[in-house]
Amino acid sequence: MTAILRAEQVSKAFGGVQALGGCSVDVEEGSVTALIGPNGSGKTTLFNVITGYERLDAGEVYVGAKKITNAPPQRVFALGVGRTFQLTRIFPRLTVMENMLVATQHTGRRVRNPLARAGGPADRHRAMELLEFTGIERHAGALAETLSYGQRKLLELAYVLVADPAVVLLDEPAGGVNPSLIQHIAARIRELNAAGKTFLIVEHNMDFVMDLCGHIAVLDYGTVVATGPPAIIREDPRVLDAYLGIAEEDLAEEDDDAAAH
Amino acid sequence: MARQIYQAIVDGILGGGVYALMAVGLTLIFGVLDIINIAQGILVVVGAYLSYALSVHLHVDLFLGLLVTVPAMFVIGVVIHLAFIRPLRGRERTSMSLLACYAVAIIAEGVLYWIFGPGYVTLKASYINSSVRVFGFFLPYIYLYGFALAVALVVLLYGLLYRTKFGRSVRATMQDQTAARLIGINVNRVAALTFGIGVAVTAAGGMVYGATSGGFNPNSGYDLISRLLAIIILGGLGSIGGALAAAVFMITLESVVDIWSPNWAILVFYAALVIVLTFRPVGLFGRQAVRAQ
Amino acid sequence: MSELKGAAPPGLRSEAAGPAAPRERPRVSGKLLRAAGIAMVAAALAVYPLVITNGLATTIAVDGVIFISAAAAWNIFSGYSGYISLGHAVFFGSGAYTVAIGARDWHLTGDAVFALLPLAAVVGAVIAVPCGLVALRVRRHTFVVITIALFFIFQLMAFNLSFTAGSIGIIAPILNWAPATYNDPFYYIALAIAAGTTALAWLIRGSRFGLQLRAIRDDEDRARGLGVRAMRVKLSAFVISAFITALVGGLWFYFIGEALPQFAFDPIFDLSVALMAFLGGLGTVAGPVLGALIIEPAQQYLTTTITNDYLSEILLGALFLVVILLLPRGVIPTGSELISKWTARRENRR
Repeated sequence: MTAILRAEQVSKAFGGVQALGGCSVDVEEGSVTALIGPNGSGKTTLFNVITGYERLDAGEVYVGAKKITNAPPQRVFALGVGRTFQLTRIFPRLTVMENMLVATQHTGRRVRNPLARAGGPADRHRAMELLEFTGIERHAGALAETLSYGQRKLLELAYVLVADPAVVLLDEPAGGVNPSLIQHIAARIRELNAAGKTFLIVEHNMDFVMDLCGHIAVLDYGTVVATGPPAIIREDPRVLDAYLGIAEEDLAEEDDDAAAH
Repeated sequence: MARQIYQAIVDGILGGGVYALMAVGLTLIFGVLDIINIAQGILVVVGAYLSYALSVHLHVDLFLGLLVTVPAMFVIGVVIHLAFIRPLRGRERTSMSLLACYAVAIIAEGVLYWIFGPGYVTLKASYINSSVRVFGFFLPYIYLYGFALAVALVVLLYGLLYRTKFGRSVRATMQDQTAARLIGINVNRVAALTFGIGVAVTAAGGMVYGATSGGFNPNSGYDLISRLLAIIILGGLGSIGGALAAAVFMITLESVVDIWSPNWAILVFYAALVIVLTFRPVGLFGRQAVRAQ
Repeated sequence: MSELKGAAPPGLRSEAAGPAAPRERPRVSGKLLRAAGIAMVAAALAVYPLVITNGLATTIAVDGVIFISAAAAWNIFSGYSGYISLGHAVFFGSGAYTVAIGARDWHLTGDAVFALLPLAAVVGAVIAVPCGLVALRVRRHTFVVITIALFFIFQLMAFNLSFTAGSIGIIAPILNWAPATYNDPFYYIALAIAAGTTALAWLIRGSRFGLQLRAIRDDEDRARGLGVRAMRVKLSAFVISAFITALVGGLWFYFIGEALPQFAFDPIFDLSVALMAFLGGLGTVAGPVLGALIIEPAQQYLTTTITNDYLSEILLGALFLVVILLLPRGVIPTGSELISKWTARRENRR
């Protein structure tokens, strides 16, 4: 199994804060890999560095055999790596369909007539397919800013898929979303994975991760402290240590919930 | 020639101090409210005219008159903010605030023309035309006093920002409005007061400008705002230290170029601006773009 | 990928049926209304000078139509991209001076002067390239200030360069047309330009180019990340905008008969076109047209009837403030929202 996405000894500091230090992650082709870790462990920074939204200080990033270290976001995107953001980034004043069409801009090598109607029939058909796939096709004509939080997450997922990326990086896809929608998203990810897409997912929702992902990498203070399948990671003392604080909070929350009802 | 240049440099530094004061007010407003107060130029002229009115009609000394004009401009600033900036909502808020300030500037210019007419006036005082000779350089008293005033006020501003609770609120709001709200800062109040302070410094700047410019009229606002804008951009939007440095630098540069070509001296502002921005789009001391727009 | 189809997620089904319907922009009755409106306005504009022959009224009309083009051109760049330019007077004045200098130095008179209009437009476009390359690399706030700086630079040059004749200005060659219908050819040329500009704005809005521009407005970094060539797109819009603005600047010069630095490069021009676009609705096609037709005649009326120059300036500023405070999103978006609410209410009653 080859690593379709590889980060090697990546380091990134923000002023005095070392967000990533000697961080190495291998994402196997065809896998659904999770990237977990306490807040501030560098997960989003790693995403940013991989996809070109931040420049790294040291280390290399590879897509297949190609080195994409510090490549700008559009080049990373063109090489087949799509990503979503923790705070969903959509184009609020464009319609849902138009949001999808923006992502079609790079597909096609020829110089196209700029005054041609935005989105030919092929592009629109594909956009509609993806909107139906994620389930928000009814809103195609609505302005994106009118969508609810969950719908925006689905839109972001949909338009990232337009370019048919081989690797999809999802930043907290289940964050702040109701349980039935989480299941829906997980199901969609499984379908896409079955069709050959590789996923790297940052998540805090442990149930979601354990259920969906075949491989987990644990980040703490900017380096990978453990990797392996869910069953192993669950028992790993280093992971428990990193998450100990979170686990206690979870327990406290459950007690509060129980007391309130 | 060398002597001329040194004199020009001295003049520039002294004059730069005063521009620094006005520029700091402008960049402060930007830092807290995220808007560029285009009216700052004409408001300086308003300050100058206020000093003029006090001096000519009530025979109040220029510096003493500041005790009246500074609070007056503060109030004017707060009113402008509450009436025309605060009510603006929606996605285009920053653009519309800009246009609103522009509109206020036009109204202010019209009012000044109406009250004072188009003739050039200047502020007079006994100490304006005399100077002291230091190391063979002429240092006009008014420039010295003006520079001292500017230094005093900037120090006061720094004191306000870094040693008072209010100043802490201002700096917090400058960094992150949402976070500031979350820790209980009344961002609206901070915004209004900051706008007032930013405008209040134009009173002091206006007085010295009026005394040293060699004549001003309502149309002078354009010259001023174009310089001030170049200064705060060069220094980096929102950076107070940057505004200071840029003001002194630019005015000194202009002063030196003025020796050869008075007509084109102002061009150095724009040239410097374009050159710096080509290599460093955020200005000399500006922060990297963090905001969405 | 085409085999992968998912059912609508359970949590979303109710939401999809509810708020989505009235929120969608009205397509059916809105289109009819819009087409009718356009037809009426176009017809009125076409016959205006034939019906109303009063000299002052037609002069104001020529100004108004010139500003339709100016506001629409401004909107093509600033409205769609979100980069507010307060320096478009640079192009307007450059166009004016191009025609002025060309007529003077090449000794053109009469109808031949109109041949300089395309040259004026090209000059505007050429100037826009270096200006845009510098100005479009910075954030939106700084961009505004750079455009203002550019404006002052050009005004300064107009006052001080020898070939612009400084504050004396340049007089247009005398046009020996009959006074009664003097304004008409200017009006129709301006109207043709306005019609072309509006059509172009509409074309751009529905096009790939326009989509990229509007994506840049909403989230430039994200758009870049998806492959949009931001600088190229922004610069193109900027140059197109400059081309049209310079074109009408040249026409304006010949119409009013002289080029003076403070009028060819007038800060009020910048504020006016911005305000017209805002009033009508930033980023819409009809907005600048409506805005120009409302504001320019009002402005002209104020300056001609109120002899006290300064009072008219105050009222102008006050008018701008009123527009900004009361109609923040502009007439067209507010209007279409009202219309969609009205039609939704009618549908709910059935």
